[in-house]
Amino acid sequence: MPLEPRPQQILLPVKPALIAFTLAFALLLNLLPISGFARWVRPDFVALVILYWTVHQPHRFGMGMAFALGLAMDVAVGVLLGQHALAYSLLAFAGFMLHRRLRMFSLMEQLWQVLPLLLAAQLVVALAGMAKGAAFPGWQYFLGGLVGGLLWPPLSVALRLPRLPKADPDQI
Amino acid sequence: MEHSPPPFFKRGPSPLARVGFFSLLSLVLMTGDTRLQYLEVLRQAMAVVIYPLQRLAAAPAEGLGRMGEFFVTQSGLIDENARLRKAHLEDSARLQRHESLEAENAQLRKLLEARARFDGGAVLAEILYAERNPFQRRVVIDKGTRGGVREGQAVVDDTGVVGQVTRAYPWTAEVTLITDKDHAVPVQSVRSGLRAIVFGSGEDGALEVRYMPESADIRNGDLLVTSGIDGTYPAGLPVASVRLIERNSGYPFVRVLCTPTAGVDRHRQVLVLSGPESIPERPVPEPESRPAAKKPKRERN
Repeated sequence: MPLEPRPQQILLPVKPALIAFTLAFALLLNLLPISGFARWVRPDFVALVILYWTVHQPHRFGMGMAFALGLAMDVAVGVLLGQHALAYSLLAFAGFMLHRRLRMFSLMEQLWQVLPLLLAAQLVVALAGMAKGAAFPGWQYFLGGLVGGLLWPPLSVALRLPRLPKADPDQI
Repeated sequence: MEHSPPPFFKRGPSPLARVGFFSLLSLVLMTGDTRLQYLEVLRQAMAVVIYPLQRLAAAPAEGLGRMGEFFVTQSGLIDENARLRKAHLEDSARLQRHESLEAENAQLRKLLEARARFDGGAVLAEILYAERNPFQRRVVIDKGTRGGVREGQAVVDDTGVVGQVTRAYPWTAEVTLITDKDHAVPVQSVRSGLRAIVFGSGEDGALEVRYMPESADIRNGDLLVTSGIDGTYPAGLPVASVRLIERNSGYPFVRVLCTPTAGVDRHRQVLVLSGPESIPERPVPEPESRPAAKKPKRERN
């Protein structure tokens, strides 16, 4: 498996434009007009991308950015200001604390550690909403987190592609 | 001599301090947003920033719709044309009757010196997306304050009340649907004239009439229309029809479940009515103001 992360493989440095683009694209995916059952299984792409960059670029991408994105989500979704901001800040913190350990595992092993983090982030949003007086949204609300966890391996592979080193220049 | 670490190790505040700061900031924002209204500026600014993304996200669905229109078959068009012509004939007949009724009504109201009712001005808006928020039933429409949409306006479709504008941004607006939990609409039964309040249940396609006494004259299939006494919804718009009545002697009130008449979660186009009409000011509570005015006199004496 050439795409399985090997700790010793050296990747190209990340351009800030790549981070900005992936975040904007994730926000776009979150805003897609979807109704019916698909609304429940839709993962929170912004949370996934935030977790990815805090794990892989912990000193370029921090809680401040996660907080700002959370505010954007709060406005887009129309909930209390700070609900997503709190969840994303905590998610970025968890990603930062785990980043050294997580990168030593294979993608499938990472999945089992990422999944509880995403579910916990959703729980924070739900609890913040319930503290304000909203009803419990039902267990299907957490389906999105499960799907998000399953998307972690493909996402990790996809976000590695732009950073893979070019073919060896000495060869040609 | 003081020892300082090389700049390579300087990472700013510790992660724990940072997460503490941002969590606290979120909590402050949340409480500020619930208790006070001073955060609207921040919300408006954010809304303008993410507006291009919202439009972009809604584009694929719009594009698909347009492509579908392009590939309609001729027979389909002929069928639709015939159907529309028939509907147009029926509608025009109904419209004539309606116009005569409206003229008569206006005359009667003039006689009664009643104020003219809602004049029917409205803005057509399209639903951009339903919010991915399981706590509230809300949609975002593509008209904002620039399009004449203001907070508090009623939103209807062709069959009844859909909801109410709760936040207006420059180019978009947020509509709270009548099925939103605890959203209340004052209504009146068409059959018996009984006034009541319909609450949203938080589920699609279900409304509830609360505080209805055992003796209330309400039956299955009763049509409930807006009563207009709240000054938000113009009177006479269909809201819901009664689906189920449960009389349980253990409770002081009857449980009445209703189905909204409008396609609250089905349509893409909605009308934003240009209400709320100006309602007369509430009468000033006089008994409180009079003693206050009298007191200084007594002191002078």
